[in-house]
Amino acid sequence: MARILEDVFTAERAGSFQAIGRALPRIDAHSHVTGATRYYADRIFPNLLHAVMARSEHHHALIRHVDLSAAQAVKGVARILTHKDVPNNWYTILKLIGLGPDEEPVLAEDRVLYRGEPIVAILADTEAAAREAAAKVKVEYEELPAVLDVETAILPGTPAIKPHGSNVFVYEGRDHFHVHCGDTEAAFREADHIFEHSYQSSPIEHAPVETTGAIAVPEPGGRYTLHSNTQAAFFTLDNAALILGLPFRQLRVVGGTVGGGFGGKVDVIVEPIAVLGAMLTGRPVKYSFSRGEEMQVSSPRAAERIRIKDGVAADGRIIARDVRILVDAGAYSRHSPYGTIKAAAHMPGPYTVPNVTINAWCVYTNRTPSSAMRGFGVTIGDFALEVQMDRIARELGRDPFELRLQNAYRDGDLKAHRKTVEGAALVEVIQAAAERIGHPLSPECRAMSSCQRT
Amino acid sequence: MKSSYVSFTLNGEEKELLIEPGRRLVDVLREQCGATGTKNGCGQGSCGACTVHIDGVAMLSCLLPAELVDGSEIVTIEGVVRNRVLHVLQEAFLAQAATQCGFCTAGMIMAAKALLDCDPSPSRQAVIEALSGNVCRCTGYEPIIAAVLAAAATLAKRPAAAAAA
Repeated sequence: MARILEDVFTAERAGSFQAIGRALPRIDAHSHVTGATRYYADRIFPNLLHAVMARSEHHHALIRHVDLSAAQAVKGVARILTHKDVPNNWYTILKLIGLGPDEEPVLAEDRVLYRGEPIVAILADTEAAAREAAAKVKVEYEELPAVLDVETAILPGTPAIKPHGSNVFVYEGRDHFHVHCGDTEAAFREADHIFEHSYQSSPIEHAPVETTGAIAVPEPGGRYTLHSNTQAAFFTLDNAALILGLPFRQLRVVGGTVGGGFGGKVDVIVEPIAVLGAMLTGRPVKYSFSRGEEMQVSSPRAAERIRIKDGVAADGRIIARDVRILVDAGAYSRHSPYGTIKAAAHMPGPYTVPNVTINAWCVYTNRTPSSAMRGFGVTIGDFALEVQMDRIARELGRDPFELRLQNAYRDGDLKAHRKTVEGAALVEVIQAAAERIGHPLSPECRAMSSCQRT
Repeated sequence: MKSSYVSFTLNGEEKELLIEPGRRLVDVLREQCGATGTKNGCGQGSCGACTVHIDGVAMLSCLLPAELVDGSEIVTIEGVVRNRVLHVLQEAFLAQAATQCGFCTAGMIMAAKALLDCDPSPSRQAVIEALSGNVCRCTGYEPIIAAVLAAAATLAKRPAAAAAA
């Protein structure tokens, strides 16, 4: 009991650590309580232009014609940007590490794949003028059938919304990501109990109190300073430079002070438009989401559908686990193909199950593209797994702590991905949690260890 | 409509500003007065980040047309520090580790100060109600409530400080 805590942390505390084990003030706390912290929007520039998008009114449509005349006539409008102004009109967040393909335009060209997709950017002297002009952009659409549900999206006969001809991300020639270990079907036949349940989640918006935004400022020598609340300054620098065809050295990103991010400020959406506006007008340009835009078009956590089928022996050992995962990427990839791999890699959870099958689909729908959020890819899977564990315990009349301890992975166990477990601590964590809340455990469970299987 | 002159005191300093019709007080404070400690979180009166004091009352500066504050006394987070000394609330926010991203902090402190200014020893429930219009998405509400109660306890021990604050 608590052996790992003592072995590891007692030794560490005896060392010369300056911070571990002590309560220290945050370095930014003083400026937070006095209002002196400077977030990107606290940098005030004269002659600033405000960028506001005209956005798709449809989930899925072809764009037949865009009429900018009424928008251009609004007093204070300095410039309107369309896809033709964007040097490389592809936003592909993980391009530099070879993940593609290019499929999301920075500004829509001939079609829109989600409601709220940006079509043109208005640059105006005031935010009010920019919003008025954006509302006056007239877009002629030819509406197409929208696919809004992941289960429907993968059915044969459902229209393909993506140019590559299907509604799923293709992993090395396969329509989904697959992991298997052992013989799941044979183990289901041997199992004394089968438990099969489905779980689902909705998209979750981070809703930071500070909405996503950036200000691009032209500097001497053809350089641009980008004041941004990005959580990922180097993603921002490289993606903006690739989109704008600029050498990286011409962009300087000033960031790191974020008024709430939670993963929602990892994508690079506002910065390329702000810099492009600054390049084409020579003026500082601010592009900041309104609260409504933050809710509608900033990437949420992906909605997931998960079905878990478990084969359980009479003594409570889970001998087979088959998991089917559908991740709703929304209209474009962003981080979802990677998030789907994480979802598959996280199964079958921190339990040792000898026979495992995992099939995970990254599914496209005509919904707001989903992306990063706190542990994306694994959080919803953990919800599904742990509810499943509780259900098995309840239906077998087992203590939920003891069922987990019995199945918990130990050092030396082989995971479904052929990786040997090292440094496991789940047994000790469950024992400590039970002790803290006064939940009684049997002597056998109290004697268990992550270091060996008893 | 034409711009008009509006006069008010900001943190004890007199201001006379030419203001466009309908311009929000939060924008005037941030962009014309340089008082950027007041934050614009939602622009629709639902997050509380823009809370300031108008004649001693906590109000949302994103909902106030600046013309309406003519003749008022306005205090923002920049005016809470007196002679470079932190207010007991600010000290308590530091001691209780009640800040995370910091974006809601100014609004929280202004809402809490309005409470303590009229009720120096509030109940926990009164603190919760006073902060109910202020959103913290880092969800650090417990340390914030603890900080306000700790500040009240400090004020109770130092009645002179309470009067000065």
